[in-house]
Amino acid sequence: MRPHSRLLALLSGLGLLLGGPAVARAQESHVGAITGHAVRGQQLYRRYCVGCHGKAGDGLGENAMWIDPKPRDFTAAVFKCRSTPTGALPTDEDLFNSVTRGFVTTNMPPWRPLTPQNRADVVAYIKTFSARWKTARPVTPITIPPEPAVNIASILHGRELFQRLECWKCHGPAGHGDGPSAHELTDSKENPIRPYNFETGSRFMCGTTNQDLYRIFMTGLDGSPMPSFADQVRPAEAWDLVHFLRTLQTLDTPEAALWKQWLATHAGELKPIGPEGGQQ
Amino acid sequence: MLKSLGRCTRLLMHGCLPAALIVSTGAMRPGGGAPSETSRRVLLRDYEAAVSARRVIPAFARKYNLPCSACHTVWPELSAFGQSFKDNGYQLGNDRDSPIWQSNTYWPIAMRTTPQWHLESTTHQITDAAPGGKTITQVGFDLSGVDFLLLGTLYKDITFGLVPTLDADGTTGLEAAFVRFDNLGHSPWANVKVGKFELDNLLSEKRFTWLSANGGFLYAYHYLPVGSANNFGFGDNQIGVEFSGHSINSYTRYSVSLLTTDDGEPGVPGGKSMDAMFTLSRAFALGSGLGPQRFGVFGYLGHRPTAFETSGGNPIPGTGSANMSFVRFGATAQLWLGNLELIPLVSHASDDVALGGGTQKPAWNTALLETHYIATPQLMIQGRYELLRMSKQGDPAIPKTTGNADAIALGVRVYPFLFSRDGMAIHGEFAMTRTIGTVPLSGDGSGVDPATQTTAVWSRSLLLAFDFAF
Repeated sequence: MRPHSRLLALLSGLGLLLGGPAVARAQESHVGAITGHAVRGQQLYRRYCVGCHGKAGDGLGENAMWIDPKPRDFTAAVFKCRSTPTGALPTDEDLFNSVTRGFVTTNMPPWRPLTPQNRADVVAYIKTFSARWKTARPVTPITIPPEPAVNIASILHGRELFQRLECWKCHGPAGHGDGPSAHELTDSKENPIRPYNFETGSRFMCGTTNQDLYRIFMTGLDGSPMPSFADQVRPAEAWDLVHFLRTLQTLDTPEAALWKQWLATHAGELKPIGPEGGQQ
Repeated sequence: MLKSLGRCTRLLMHGCLPAALIVSTGAMRPGGGAPSETSRRVLLRDYEAAVSARRVIPAFARKYNLPCSACHTVWPELSAFGQSFKDNGYQLGNDRDSPIWQSNTYWPIAMRTTPQWHLESTTHQITDAAPGGKTITQVGFDLSGVDFLLLGTLYKDITFGLVPTLDADGTTGLEAAFVRFDNLGHSPWANVKVGKFELDNLLSEKRFTWLSANGGFLYAYHYLPVGSANNFGFGDNQIGVEFSGHSINSYTRYSVSLLTTDDGEPGVPGGKSMDAMFTLSRAFALGSGLGPQRFGVFGYLGHRPTAFETSGGNPIPGTGSANMSFVRFGATAQLWLGNLELIPLVSHASDDVALGGGTQKPAWNTALLETHYIATPQLMIQGRYELLRMSKQGDPAIPKTTGNADAIALGVRVYPFLFSRDGMAIHGEFAMTRTIGTVPLSGDGSGVDPATQTTAVWSRSLLLAFDFAF
């Protein structure tokens, strides 16, 4: 290395040591009334997140090799859980909610014990890993219309959509995550990925409520094989699908109760879901 | 007795049961009076076990692939996330807590020990050659005991804990053994734990960042006045059942415990009464510190028997009666200013006349402020000042100041690496205690009280150690 190169390297190193990355200083997040700061978030990221997501945010932390599904690569700026349309960046609040909620059946725990300020700071720092956060225009979250009342017609129509949209190919006819395509699925990094099994647990990848479920298939889970159906179903139909999917869970939901009651006298009227299936 | 105390001084990391108390009180002896050699040994063993098992559990880091810093501000002190993890029965709540998710080769065990060099110096120690007292200094390389920390989930929402200990001299103990049922009725507000466990102290001695003989314990948790026949210590693990609950993020927490009156000694050697403890704390997400601001209160109502059935003149275990009460209560907080953590604690204690060895109820107060500056997850600078003041002696003939204590400690812990499999800290600590009329709780020096009850005894510890857990 030539002398002036060494000097430059030394100066830039000093700059990093004294001031930290410029981008870290500049980046903020806004969650409600809270402003998160990347400089503070950097400390917290190194405390809580670096083991999986890596120092560079590339998802290659020391534990990454042991983890399935793999940790998120923040440098790609592709996120599953968003309130924004497919292909768009999530809002700060989306990231904040993801950190808070964690991801069920993954290694990502709920970080709810951290103060809201801490979580907002982490979000601000996560946004420093990709230039997309500087260049992409903010996108408005999708609108979720009020949920209509649950009735058997809605559930039956949802079941029809489950067949027609070929949800069963991945999630399986009974929603157990065992459809014929399930074993072939990979995420955007070519890592194997399993479709959601509706029979297990009460939580979805991106939340627990009917609104969360609506949002999942209207925005898609970017980076995974789960597409957005926003162009294929109308909002009312999306709610029908929500109501049907709730019947696949082993939970005491209003949808499940109604469905069980209806099945007691009408089960024979249903055509099976699957390759030979169709509507009732 | 002095043999025991000599052993005590060797167990530097553990601190030792107040030698002065062992020497000068009739602790746990039915009817008070001079303690038997057996009771001294029992007390000493209990105390060593109680303060030896400092909890840091890399087994969890290995299980969940999280770095130590996720659950510890710096290990072994719990962060808000770690507290929530513990409150949830050592479960993360990502539906992968049950052992079925673990590799068959996973074994929920961690070990911790601390090779060290230390110096202990205590003034006014009576020796054969100096009956008036002299300064005793002890110095050298040494070992702590080894803690075996086995904690994990038996099933979703069912947890176990088992902490055998091995002292440096080969003595074994069982520091904790419990089973815990969480989220009863799918509610975080209903959890129950049965067995031997640490009391729900917000300022935990089991997750202490202090290791020296003078710094490694709190007077607030272990002090008993001169002449006391009590044996209770907040810092001692107790046997019983604990009902506890918490909000989903553990910002609000409570616990209520029912405990045998044996200070954690198995075999129900005491009476048939029960002790009760409660804690309540609430945290607030204020400021931009490393954690929330928490405030808490605690209280303990205990009993100790003063009469036993006897056989051949010896007390029959478990037959204690004529129980006399004692109370402890106080308030504490955990405050964050950026990376600076402040932990104040105040407490009041009083014992029944029959436990006090005199004609009136002994009472005393303590106050402390512990500070941690967590520069990074790999560097912590700490300090603590604690005072204890007697407000009333059991025996009016004892000077009021006897037993008063002032303790100061300074330390630094450097963690050379941050890892999700194990941990090591380079630990430096200086601690100094001034006690009036008694040997300090560390029991260092010759381990006996000074010649007069108004003599100020100074005890100093200097410790350099490699504290590691795997």
